[in-house]
Amino acid sequence: MKLDPKRALMTLAAPVLALLIAVVLTSLVLFALGDPVRDVWITMLSAPKPRQITNIVNGAIVLYLSAIAVAVGFRMNLFNIGVDGQYRVAAFAAAIFAGQGWLPGFLNIIVAILIAMLAGGLWASIAAYLKVKRGVSEVISTIMLNAIATGVVAWLLNKVAVKVKGSNATNTQEIPESSQLEGFKLIPGANNRIYTLLILAIIVGFLYWFILGKTRFGFDLRATGRSETAAVASGVKVPRMVMTSMIASGALAGLVGMPLLFGLDHSYGTTFQAGLGFAGIGIALLGRNHPVGIALAALLWSYLDTQSNALQIRAGVAPELVNIIQGIILFAIVIAYELVRRADIRLEQSKVAKELAAQRAVRTPEGAQA
Amino acid sequence: MAGITKRFPGVVANKDIAFKVRRGTVHALCGENGAGKSTLMKILYGVQRPDEGTITIEGNRVDLHSPADAIKVGIGMVFQHFMLADNLTVLENVVLGAEKLHGIGGAARTEIKRISKEYGLRVNPDDLVADLGVGDRQRVEILKVLYRGARILILDEPTAVLVPQEVEELFGNLRELKAEGLTVLFISHKLDEVLSVADDITVIRRGTTVATVDPKTVNARQLAELMVGSELPTPETAESTVTDRIVMRLTDITLAGGEGRNLLTDVDLDIHAGEVVGIAGVEGNGQAELVEVIMGMREPTAGRVFLGDTDISDWGVREIREAGVGYIPEDRHRHGLLLEAPLWENRILGHQTEAPNVKGQLIDAKAAKADTERIVKEYDVRTPSIFVTAGSLSGGNQQKLIVGREMSHNPKVLVASHPTRGVDVGAQSSIWDLIRKARHEGLGVLLISADLEELIGLSDTIKVILRGRLTGEFDPDHVTSQDLGAAMTGADGSHDEHPSDTTGAAR
Repeated sequence: MKLDPKRALMTLAAPVLALLIAVVLTSLVLFALGDPVRDVWITMLSAPKPRQITNIVNGAIVLYLSAIAVAVGFRMNLFNIGVDGQYRVAAFAAAIFAGQGWLPGFLNIIVAILIAMLAGGLWASIAAYLKVKRGVSEVISTIMLNAIATGVVAWLLNKVAVKVKGSNATNTQEIPESSQLEGFKLIPGANNRIYTLLILAIIVGFLYWFILGKTRFGFDLRATGRSETAAVASGVKVPRMVMTSMIASGALAGLVGMPLLFGLDHSYGTTFQAGLGFAGIGIALLGRNHPVGIALAALLWSYLDTQSNALQIRAGVAPELVNIIQGIILFAIVIAYELVRRADIRLEQSKVAKELAAQRAVRTPEGAQA
Repeated sequence: MAGITKRFPGVVANKDIAFKVRRGTVHALCGENGAGKSTLMKILYGVQRPDEGTITIEGNRVDLHSPADAIKVGIGMVFQHFMLADNLTVLENVVLGAEKLHGIGGAARTEIKRISKEYGLRVNPDDLVADLGVGDRQRVEILKVLYRGARILILDEPTAVLVPQEVEELFGNLRELKAEGLTVLFISHKLDEVLSVADDITVIRRGTTVATVDPKTVNARQLAELMVGSELPTPETAESTVTDRIVMRLTDITLAGGEGRNLLTDVDLDIHAGEVVGIAGVEGNGQAELVEVIMGMREPTAGRVFLGDTDISDWGVREIREAGVGYIPEDRHRHGLLLEAPLWENRILGHQTEAPNVKGQLIDAKAAKADTERIVKEYDVRTPSIFVTAGSLSGGNQQKLIVGREMSHNPKVLVASHPTRGVDVGAQSSIWDLIRKARHEGLGVLLISADLEELIGLSDTIKVILRGRLTGEFDPDHVTSQDLGAAMTGADGSHDEHPSDTTGAAR
């Protein structure tokens, strides 16, 4: 009904263009440093083995949750930079609870997940409160809270850590085996498994789409993001909206660590994967806050991460190179989207004008209407 | 003495525009809003580039890529909305961005004084802009442009924010500029003003130049007919429909401002069913705040608002709108629409909790779309479809959509803030018709407008607002624009009873 091939093409063109730019610029960097450009790309673009495919999907699941958490904020112009801190606080809280094994198997998981959401939401509510009551930019407060989260969690971890003989790892009590999720064997030929909580990611993606797109609450949230002034005039209570969406974002951030906790680590410790919150920001941008777009972006991100592991061995280049690639993709994509957005507006305006002019030509002189 | 020729064929908003401006004249450019004036202005000032066509100044073809280019060839623009920093002095505002010309100190001050004197602008470089009135600010804007060496001034709707007395003053300044050999391009759709000040008038209609006429040989009606291509509508209402049933009552509304000064003081207002109450006032005298208090966007410091018999003072915006207060905001881009959202989503905006937009907690997209189609048809919103973004429509069509949306929920009271601002004559008359129709059906309307003709034509009662107080009441049948203008500026002495208002807190 409104699918315009020209516009659809432009929408697709942006990420493709961004990828190309990233490839070119990265190659230049490699070339300038005298690294083997060809070998790097052969490694990066080689077909992943089944085991790696599983890793890519698993990585994407976690990134997806993180990006959705960020996207909830983005949709109303809130920059929740604090997903990183929120998911660590949440994973820690959930790990402690689940480790006690007070509840039997499955119930233990459900309640632990709810606790994670609660913890993430509470942590985010500090930033929300500061913004609503004190006008503190959420960007600043969430960055600060990330640092605080790091400190608080590390300190608490030391207090509750279970000492295992012969290991200097610091971990919470391991969750009982009945509450560990084995995973699905989805990829043929792989002996490792996809996180069971893939289901959680799918549910979250669906709810995100449904709530934002189809409900009154979602409409209010998007309206606030598009124009706060118009939202206020339409009856949206913006402070309450900020509070709600920030807490929702934090609660979703709380889910980020869950696939790892139940499917991989089985406890929270110093080795628990970090930095997922920041990756989520990039992926939300790349995926244009769209539930499917974010899924694709998360897969791409995870693909790059996974493929980079072989760089050291096969091309003699540090795997951190992938950070450069990801960084450039982000820069390029942000610029490309903005260009496409502007072109889109122009295109539509001229299209509307043209169609109206065409209508006019058929109609009788319009003054008669007046 | 080649003058200027400009031609912009091919642009969607402007096509085959061609006209010449003689040096040392005031040339008026008039056309209804949406006719393409603003696009043309942006082209002239280098903000946008024409797809085709040329601009020639003094015989030289110029290519304007940016406002900086325009300034270089001597084109200066005075925008409708002033671009001044309130917390800086006139001097600082003028030199801002032009520090290289005369520095920022004594030399600049001397230059400002010289320009001010030469053109009779009466601008004092050391005044704080925040302390200046609208007319003064406009003169600062003009000075700013002259300071940058402009020989051709473009004034975009300069009188929109002025009261009649200030308009006269502005025209005096323009004549002064003209006498000094400067060229003024004056954009307006107020015909009387155009006729009184211009040496030549070019009429734009539907993005193209229709005619260039001599003001001495045409009258306002002929000019208007050129503009619309049909007869000029008038805002007059027929017989009174005022009843004695009060639909909205404001009692002693006071709103404290930031610095001990009240934004609103003791506002008492009754709106009866079938009555249009007009509020006249120079912008910034509390009209916007009054609307915000009524709509629940601001809590008054004191006083109550009643809708019928219900006290709605403590209600939120949503409850108030649900209870039947329609709202046509002053700035539709900021408060009335989501520019990047499609029309049907904009139809939901402001009525997110009401049928047909929602079913329970869910948005009923299907019904909302169907109803948008109806609004588009009934209110003559010119759009190719309901899926285009609101931002791609012209101002008049955006406004018709808003009016249609508000009227679709059977309001008891309609708060209409500048309902026809930036709207073309065709849309203007249909909006007037709608307000009249609503009034006939027993709606109470609060009409806030800067267009005195509109106020006098539509209102049953006109109240004047000055520094947050309702200072006068007029019968629109026996009041002239001049009387209203005097009351609006306080020149009629009506504000003398509160001489210390500007500094101390009231009461």
